[in-house]
Amino acid sequence: MAEPALSIRGLAKVYGNGFEALKGIDLDVEQGDFFALLGPNGAGKSTTLGIVCSLVQKSAGQVKIFGIDIDRDFAKAKYNLGVVPQEFNFSQFEKVEDIILTQAGYYGMPMKEAKPRCERLLKDLGLWDKRNGAARMLSGGMKRRLMIARALIHRPRLLILDEPTAGVDIELRRSMWEYMRRINEEEGTSIILTTHYLEEAESLCRNIAIINRGEIIKNTSMRGLLTELDTETFLLDLAEPLEAAPQVEGFEVERVDSHQLALSVRKGSDLNDAFQQLTRQGVRVLSMRNRANRLEELFVSMTSQPDAGSGIDSATSTPAKETAS
Amino acid sequence: MNTRQLLISLWTMVVKEVRRFVRIWPQTLVPPSITMTMYFIIFGNLIGSRVGEMHGISYMSYIVPGLIMMSVITNSYSNVASSFFSNKFQRSVEEMMVSPMPNWVILAGFVIGGAARGLGVGLIVTVVSLFFTHLDLHHPFLTLMVVVMTALLFSIGGFINALLAKKFDDISIIPIFVLTPLTYLGGVFYSIDLLPEFWQKVTMINPILYMVNAFRYGILGISDIPVSGALIAIAAFIVAFWCLALWMLNRGKGIRS
Repeated sequence: MAEPALSIRGLAKVYGNGFEALKGIDLDVEQGDFFALLGPNGAGKSTTLGIVCSLVQKSAGQVKIFGIDIDRDFAKAKYNLGVVPQEFNFSQFEKVEDIILTQAGYYGMPMKEAKPRCERLLKDLGLWDKRNGAARMLSGGMKRRLMIARALIHRPRLLILDEPTAGVDIELRRSMWEYMRRINEEEGTSIILTTHYLEEAESLCRNIAIINRGEIIKNTSMRGLLTELDTETFLLDLAEPLEAAPQVEGFEVERVDSHQLALSVRKGSDLNDAFQQLTRQGVRVLSMRNRANRLEELFVSMTSQPDAGSGIDSATSTPAKETAS
Repeated sequence: MNTRQLLISLWTMVVKEVRRFVRIWPQTLVPPSITMTMYFIIFGNLIGSRVGEMHGISYMSYIVPGLIMMSVITNSYSNVASSFFSNKFQRSVEEMMVSPMPNWVILAGFVIGGAARGLGVGLIVTVVSLFFTHLDLHHPFLTLMVVVMTALLFSIGGFINALLAKKFDDISIIPIFVLTPLTYLGGVFYSIDLLPEFWQKVTMINPILYMVNAFRYGILGISDIPVSGALIAIAAFIVAFWCLALWMLNRGKGIRS
């Protein structure tokens, strides 16, 4: 059997201030998988990924990338790894093309091989026209795509995407999804995705792990997880205003406003029954939709803790002008 | 990484560093040239003409090697300190850390880049000095060796400073409060023979004195101290600083959580 793209055993991290970010987690991501690692801020996602790509030092545990133990041969393991971090982490003053070619150089890639690869990536990601401009002149979405191009320049077999579509508009986000799907399906690149857009994880990923307070609380297939959902809430838009929520036997109904009801439907309930009861009471429904993404409901129920969200993520700012002394 | 890949990654680092200081040449190459021109005009020409000779050499010629060395020291140091700290600040240091490049290549890339700027500025100052005086190179190889070693040493020093720095202020403290006083008191403008005996002995603990005098010996053939000892001291400092910087880098000091 092929080695997993990523195998983590007993991974623990205690920061200098005593904060226990990871409490000995185990995780496997199979080759060719599109894997979601979800969790609230401060849950341990970025710490886990930071250890995998050597930005954070682990306190204990073992990490293997395609069977290569990072404690034995991290350099070899790194050849298989491409990283798109949460924060912009390139020199804002460098030219777009130089950023990617420099990264290729860090991997020992000869220029005659790196140049055509860079051109293809920039064209695929819609940045070719911007190649000679300074990175700081790019929009937020373009900067994210630049980081994806940079991460792919050395043809990694495992791509880590840490919130790659944060702050990206819907149209661009969907085009990025298409691109990620393509490199996963056509090139066989294994992908680990962290995101706060749960619709994104549901749409792209086949397997999922949910991490909370430094522990993996769920690790299963996306399909398997969604079958665990036992209640869905629909919003019903009404033709006429209502003063109070109607009684619908076997269902929970909440009045959102005079023209909208929230109908909670348990797994196995007959939705027709609810509509028949509403019709009998003279309530006409014009349209309906899910109140929240299905995965979001599960995620919130699994991770809702009194102090969840106390993040350790840090933001950085960038100087407007390059300085040198 | 095989040898070819190591060479490509090192070359990439050096090109990136050189490209940086060339891109911002009005901040990196022009100011030191103007400052040194002022020194030549004021100290060399105006005041120097009243000072007379030092060790049988015109004052202008006497201060040229020291001023070149001062440019090399400050520019090598501040180039690496500024560049590496900017990489930390913008987090682009992560680009290097996630790559398979060994830490010694990262260190060597910054150090060679810093030395390139120091030597580049040193060359500009040397050319400027030729407008004011005539220079005869007494020991060309020694001159080259001393200036290159000094540039490397202070580049490594700048790297250590940037690793430890948490804010931009931290990379200007050492140049202002340590390097500048040591350089001015390191025999750039005077021979230590002019000092009282006690202060001559105190001056001997200033490492920059050895570099300035070794360099002056290479150009003018005169020195206040034995040159061989100076070379050994510089080489020893390079080895010690290199090992310290690499050890800190391997431990992720200042760059890893």
